[in-house]
Amino acid sequence: MVKLQLPNPGLEDRIPSHAELEVLEKEEADSRPKWDNKAQYMLTCVGFCVGLGNVWRFPYLCQSHGGGAFMIPFLILLVLEGIPLLHLEFAIGQRLRKGSVGVWSSVHPTLKGVGIASMFVSFLVGLYYNTIIAWVMWYFFNSFQEPLPWSSCPLNGNRTGYVEECAKSSPVDYFWYRETLNISTSIEDSGSIQWWLLLCLTCAWGVLYVCTIRGIETTGKAVYVTSTLPYVVLTIFLIRGLTLKGSTNGIVYLFTPNVTELANPVTWLDAGAQVFYSFSLAFGGLISFSSYNSVHNNCEQDAVIVSVINGFTSIYAATVIYSIIGFRATERYDDCFDRNILTLMNAFDLPEGNVTQDNFEQMQQLCNMTDPATFATLKFETCDLETFLNDGAEGTGLAFIVFTEAITKMPVSPLWSVLFFIMLFCLGLSSMFGNMEGVLVPLQDLKIIPSRVPKELITGIVCLVCYLIAFIFVLNSGNYWLTLFDGFSGSIPLLIIAFCEMFSVVYIYGIDRFNKDIEFMIGHKPNIFWQVTWRLVSPLIMLVIFFFYFVVKVNEELLYSVWNPSYEDFPKTEKVEYPPWVYVIIVILAGVPSLAIPTFAIYKAIRNHCQKKNDRAGLIATSETSINGNLKYSS
Amino acid sequence: MLRALLLTLSVVAIAHAELCKPDAQNAFKVRISIKTALGDNAYAWDANEEYLFKAMVAFAMRRYSSKSTTQISNVLLCNVTDRVSFWFVVTDSSKNVTTVPGSEVEAAIRMNRNRINNAFLLSDKTLQFLKITSTLSPPVEPSTPVWLIVFGVVLCLIVAGIVFLIISGIRKHKKKNKESTERENLEEKVEVTLENGIPCEALDIKAGHVNGVFAADDERFTSL
Repeated sequence: MVKLQLPNPGLEDRIPSHAELEVLEKEEADSRPKWDNKAQYMLTCVGFCVGLGNVWRFPYLCQSHGGGAFMIPFLILLVLEGIPLLHLEFAIGQRLRKGSVGVWSSVHPTLKGVGIASMFVSFLVGLYYNTIIAWVMWYFFNSFQEPLPWSSCPLNGNRTGYVEECAKSSPVDYFWYRETLNISTSIEDSGSIQWWLLLCLTCAWGVLYVCTIRGIETTGKAVYVTSTLPYVVLTIFLIRGLTLKGSTNGIVYLFTPNVTELANPVTWLDAGAQVFYSFSLAFGGLISFSSYNSVHNNCEQDAVIVSVINGFTSIYAATVIYSIIGFRATERYDDCFDRNILTLMNAFDLPEGNVTQDNFEQMQQLCNMTDPATFATLKFETCDLETFLNDGAEGTGLAFIVFTEAITKMPVSPLWSVLFFIMLFCLGLSSMFGNMEGVLVPLQDLKIIPSRVPKELITGIVCLVCYLIAFIFVLNSGNYWLTLFDGFSGSIPLLIIAFCEMFSVVYIYGIDRFNKDIEFMIGHKPNIFWQVTWRLVSPLIMLVIFFFYFVVKVNEELLYSVWNPSYEDFPKTEKVEYPPWVYVIIVILAGVPSLAIPTFAIYKAIRNHCQKKNDRAGLIATSETSINGNLKYSS
Repeated sequence: MLRALLLTLSVVAIAHAELCKPDAQNAFKVRISIKTALGDNAYAWDANEEYLFKAMVAFAMRRYSSKSTTQISNVLLCNVTDRVSFWFVVTDSSKNVTTVPGSEVEAAIRMNRNRINNAFLLSDKTLQFLKITSTLSPPVEPSTPVWLIVFGVVLCLIVAGIVFLIISGIRKHKKKNKESTERENLEEKVEVTLENGIPCEALDIKAGHVNGVFAADDERFTSL
């Protein structure tokens, strides 16, 4: 066993000792906020982990990487990577009782950059994540009418047909790209602010402010609804979906295993990345949440429970989504077939009902024999169920295009639309709680803001600043900016931070000390599984994923998809290169959080070195005031 | 007498056959899909339905040109297939053996499309006049878009929530301040200064140990 331990003088002074923790626990003299009960804590963590990615990223990965076979790498990496990292964050937060900046500065002053990097990443992700919630709210507001506005194309000027852009693509595409985003044809063409989206953005930030106004005092109440409602809605959709025609096609397609995919390294890479991002690790939010727990809370059990729930939710959501996608694909297939039947019927004046899906081929041959000349002029579409099933997109395309189309085909569509968008809203909002926590608590820990300022005001100012910056995402080119932020601010920096976290706890804080802490907190030492994963397996997996991710991202051509009605292959999206100034933005997005770690390390090292020179002049008696004997820790 | 009658009838029949045939001038093809529209409630297309069709076309012509000269006998149907598609043409009784111009027929049918559809319980898609395009009906739009109403409701709830939480926060803060000032007046705040970790008062305590070695032996001290 590698027992490397880097020298860490002064660690004892920076962290509360076990005895002090016992005192804090007994006398409840801790000034930190506390959870009202265990359920709030669990629901908040589950809500933070379970987000939009479980609904719209995992099903797509599952289906495109060999269906049921994808479960194998997913579950293996869940156990080897997700659970250990989660347990680590819970334990360190509960032990050191601070937010991310506080925890890492306590471990070693030069590691403050890790906490600051977490804060930056939480901030950047929070900016664009709430815009997605704004889009969800827009669709939610529009769901209270029958027929739904995305079920049919609007008419053109002289009412002889449909608007051209809509006729060429589809009503759902048109509603998403034109009536919601009003998207431009490139990221350089910023356009103006779309007022309807701005109103929805105001709503989204307003709701977030209401729920986080007093920290966990208010979010603890909100999570009773936001964390449980998605499961209710998923169950309703499952029951509804299973009664629709063709749903079983979708589920079978999703889970049909293709074992050859396991040999493809990209499958394992995607599984690892999905596990990692799905757990919302390295944002700092989970460390904060567990720091509000009592000292003897069983964090090992919590980590396992939250991980299992997260994995189960991914699989459950995938089943529901693909039952509905199966229904949609079958509907499309039937429509395509019906159009072919109509073509044949109209050309040969056959009575209705004579040609069905079963005897279509026979009738085709019959007609060909009777009148080959007319038959040759007929154009038949190719109808393939698998092509329609493969159409299941990921991300915003799944939620706002594929799923909304499926909903228009169900009876009582406004009801299903409202339910679906409430579910997405709750999933997104509960993840935003963790993001806000990851931004606000480090600000507190950094002592930038005087403690006299009330929490409500700080939260308000942070929400206001984020709201104003998020104006970029409601321009005509907003969606392109969002994809940019999504791709670069929340990917590579998180991997770096997570690796640094593991390394710091195991080798700088000391795995022996950590083991003793956990023994103190939960009563028994962590077993051999945790030892192996913390010291060796998980950091190795993180390194491999980071390496491959980095290589792939650097080597791939940076193209983005553009919605261009004058593109020759319209309605397919056009792939366009980014303009050069965007590369600067990408470097800032990915670079600033990542480089915060070494920058702060060097800054602190230099400052310590200078301070040590000054300190050598004689002993300085430290005079500290205390009130009623309770010491306040400085720095 | 009889022979003359037979002759006129045959002439009329031939004339009709000439006027109504596929792709004839001013003739329109109609395609009807009853089973698609009505499913189990579908009726069969028979001579009575054809009579109704002729009547509806005559009705449309009468309404359009507002001269009551078009009779049911002016509408000719031919080439009825099992698909239920056929060609029809409208003759002009005032001018011998001619058909009403296609544009007039088209305009008349367009004007009364809704009435014709409803007579057969069909729609624009299931009762198709192949050369006549239908005007699409615009969707019903309410004066205030629905989404603005829902947005207004949600925004009011949010503002109410923020105001309530801020006010209750201020009230709690004031109560806590009042309580803590009351508590301060009741007990004395003990401020303890620490010197190198040892409370200063412990150092000053007069009942401390006196070190005999340094006991005040003033004579030992050098006098100035």
